[in-house]
Amino acid sequence: MKRRDFIQLAGMGAGAMMLPMPSFAHDVDPAYLLDPGMDVKQKKQLADVALNTAKSNGATYADVRIGRYLNQFVVTRENKVQNIRSTESFGLGIRVIANGTWGFASTNDLSPDGIKKTAERAVVIAKADSKFQKEPVKLAPVSNYGEVSWNTPIVKNGFEVPIKDKVDLLLKANAKAMEKGASFINSLIFLVNEQKYFASTEGSYIDQDIHRIWPNFNLTLIDRQSGGFKTRSAFSSPVGMGYEYMDGLASDKVQGPGGITLYNKSYDMVEDASMAAEQAKQMLTAKSVEPGKYDLMLEPSHLWLTIHESVGHPLELDRVLGYEANYAGTSFATLDKWKTKNFNYGSKAVNFLADKIQPGSLGAVGYDDEGVKTKKWELVKDGILVNYQAIRDQAYIIGEKESHGCCYSQSWRDVQFQRMANVSLAAGKTPLTPQQMVSGIEKGIYIVKDGSFSIDQQRYNFQFGGVLFFEIKNGKIEGMLKDVAYQSNTQEFWNSCVQVCDESDYRLNGAFNDGKGQPAQSNAVSHGSATARFNGVNVINTGRTI
Amino acid sequence: MAIFSKEEAKKILEKVLSYSKADGCEANLNGSNGGNIRYARNSVSTAGESSDVTLAVQSYYGKKSGVATINEFDDASLEKVVRRAEELAQLAPENPEFVEPLTQQAYGESKTYVEATAKITPEYRAQAAANSINPAAAKDVTAAGYLEDSNNFTSMMNTKGLFAYNKSTGVTFTVTMRSNDGTGSGWVTRDYNDVTKLDTVEASNIAIDKALQSRNAKAIEPGKYTVILEPAASAELLRNMLFGMNARTADEGRSFMSKKGGGTKMGEKIMDERVTIYTDPWNVEVPASPWTGDGQARKKMDIIKNGVVSNLFYDRFWASKQNVAPVPFPGNAIMEGGTASVEDMIKDTKKGILVTRFWYIRSVDPQTQLYTGLTRDSTFFIENGKIKHPVKNFRFNESPVIMLNNLETLGKQVRVSVDGGPGGGANFLIPYMKLRDFTFTSLSDAV
Repeated sequence: MKRRDFIQLAGMGAGAMMLPMPSFAHDVDPAYLLDPGMDVKQKKQLADVALNTAKSNGATYADVRIGRYLNQFVVTRENKVQNIRSTESFGLGIRVIANGTWGFASTNDLSPDGIKKTAERAVVIAKADSKFQKEPVKLAPVSNYGEVSWNTPIVKNGFEVPIKDKVDLLLKANAKAMEKGASFINSLIFLVNEQKYFASTEGSYIDQDIHRIWPNFNLTLIDRQSGGFKTRSAFSSPVGMGYEYMDGLASDKVQGPGGITLYNKSYDMVEDASMAAEQAKQMLTAKSVEPGKYDLMLEPSHLWLTIHESVGHPLELDRVLGYEANYAGTSFATLDKWKTKNFNYGSKAVNFLADKIQPGSLGAVGYDDEGVKTKKWELVKDGILVNYQAIRDQAYIIGEKESHGCCYSQSWRDVQFQRMANVSLAAGKTPLTPQQMVSGIEKGIYIVKDGSFSIDQQRYNFQFGGVLFFEIKNGKIEGMLKDVAYQSNTQEFWNSCVQVCDESDYRLNGAFNDGKGQPAQSNAVSHGSATARFNGVNVINTGRTI
Repeated sequence: MAIFSKEEAKKILEKVLSYSKADGCEANLNGSNGGNIRYARNSVSTAGESSDVTLAVQSYYGKKSGVATINEFDDASLEKVVRRAEELAQLAPENPEFVEPLTQQAYGESKTYVEATAKITPEYRAQAAANSINPAAAKDVTAAGYLEDSNNFTSMMNTKGLFAYNKSTGVTFTVTMRSNDGTGSGWVTRDYNDVTKLDTVEASNIAIDKALQSRNAKAIEPGKYTVILEPAASAELLRNMLFGMNARTADEGRSFMSKKGGGTKMGEKIMDERVTIYTDPWNVEVPASPWTGDGQARKKMDIIKNGVVSNLFYDRFWASKQNVAPVPFPGNAIMEGGTASVEDMIKDTKKGILVTRFWYIRSVDPQTQLYTGLTRDSTFFIENGKIKHPVKNFRFNESPVIMLNNLETLGKQVRVSVDGGPGGGANFLIPYMKLRDFTFTSLSDAV
């Protein structure tokens, strides 16, 4: 992820939060975020200008995306408001195939003349690059859906909630944390609304209204005497929901082992900030881990990131094929392994689904950014690798008759390409609660919430940290540990998965800012799982003295 | 259109300020023209150009401020953006950390703009791709690379009388070469303000050679090794360490620069006395803008001198609160090198590892600056003064502070951009380094 695509919040210190902001975004009055924007009829007319110009200049295929991207963030620390911004980015991107080669151009000049020039430029680029083209683009067929629309099924539009209410909530959470002994707390609410209109020469005209929200905080507790400090991040998740996620309903609270409270489909920030301050004290005085082999019990707020890095990324077909070789890397999950139909990605307990429709998820849309209706599909079934994530120009390579519908661009300005769908570990079929899982572990560690993460460019070797680590001894939680990180190899790790809790423990977590591509683009994606157990994983001690 | 001259920018900014009715107003007018080409599988995958100018206006009343931005520059639009900033300022809560804009500062002459780079064409970019793809294909190697160039201007003016203007150019080139048997991989990175210094043929050939030499790597046991780090390998670790030298977090007790019992490590020796890192906006190899985004003048300044912490970075609010002069965040960093060549370093090594680059570096513990990451794209085993064979990639867990305490030899400096991209990355001049006891904790099968 390139730093210039982010606004780094000054003075955030350890665990600084980074905010993805689209380029070309302009600050606007918060009230303007409720303006409905350009009429659909007008968008259709402008889209037709783009498609017709591309075709008349020699394009054999063209698509156009008219995008209005709205963001709002409210940032505070302790008793102060640090930043409030509301931004809009509006423009149009045209992608064409000419001489069997892709070309792309974009503009924020939405006059018919501006659009025509942009369409012409896209065709010129395609023709110029076709000189180096060795594999002409082959598109999987897609239905003509006609004029359709889709929207995230939100209950409360976050932009309708007054900024004062957001500030009050954040400052209340901060005050609670400080009252409970926190040294510092930084908190924010980040809202995204993508208003996207797509049209292509295949005939579809698709209007979508997509919402996402991310409340977060980082709380730091300092022990001046020892010079030590610990940071506890929020147990919230970014989600594909409206402001109803902030309701913190009692029915969405989950009591986990170790006396912790976790959150499902809504989040109680004030309560979490209070708990975080208490837990940070335990983190500071926790016992340093003895390195060695442990049975790990990984909570969904932690496991999502391991799934993201070790399953979501290696099963992106563009990485497998080498398109990301110079940046994000390639993949160990090569086509020859997939073709054997018996490549053991994991144990029989392991089933991974890719999904672009799951309600509340960050990846949920009605149609992807090349006009393909979304769906869910299997990636790993009973431990065997069965499929990848592919878009229209890749589907034929793996014998698929249609795209999986996971093409995405972060804005009108950037070209769309294959991005990760929600990739989730299916819950276990046998009834099993996390408490029952603890009781079966002799020597283990229960890890809650994602922390440090690193994986190699082919997704073999990884190392993950976490936020809370509880020692499990003879079926009981003993207390907190610190300096914990585990290292493993993807295939070995997923084959060591012996249990996954049942559906009642299944929850979504995710990331607002998964990076890929050059120039780098950001993608929002969720990963669901229930708590899962992995036997005999190598744990290292990360404590050092400088 | 996207690049305004000093006079054009000044005229627009003066107009903007003439509309201000607030207690004060500061405006930043920035623009860029950029282009890129990306290739993979020995074929061009995407190419593009972009251009934009943005005007950001900050108006303030007391300690209440608002920002509005626009990319249209007729009089009506300029007045509209000022009014909007003023409306947002009136609605904003008081910010106790708000600091009034600066008065006119004295800036040195900038060295960041090179005309040749501003004139890069789509044909130049296509030729750069061909310079990788053609030799790769001839040697049974597959190229994947990226070239990005930009031509930028930045300017600002405020109602306290400050005006600043700078032009800059940059070009960044990276290429990964993978042998078609899938067992070898090589990589190079190049970054310049001046495109005439970029030789994509030479760079591509180095990556091809590395891809071929790194085939069929052998596994050796992880552990503590003497390492020779190419500058691109150590750049990100050093960048992370320098980013952590913020005075406020150090004073607050949540930084590796915080001292046990309170206070900071300012003035303390924290690493080998041969380590000297400074910033100098006028260094010809890595020039930086002579002013920061809020108008502070940058100057040549030590950051670590002979292993001792010489400066922590103070933003204007924190400086006023601590009653010290602000120390702006540097626009570049230069680590003093030595005279040893890589060959000399290898010759003097009984047992060690030569590292091309590290990848996927992430913080493990901010308190000790402990990072993890992996070697990538050519790692070699050295024994008795010679490169013996390529080795499989390692995962490391190491702190740049510990690493720079274990310094053995300093070599030639090379310019490296971290988080590449012209105008976006942080530019460093970093020497080849030989270090003892570098901690590798596991092996990776990745090529």
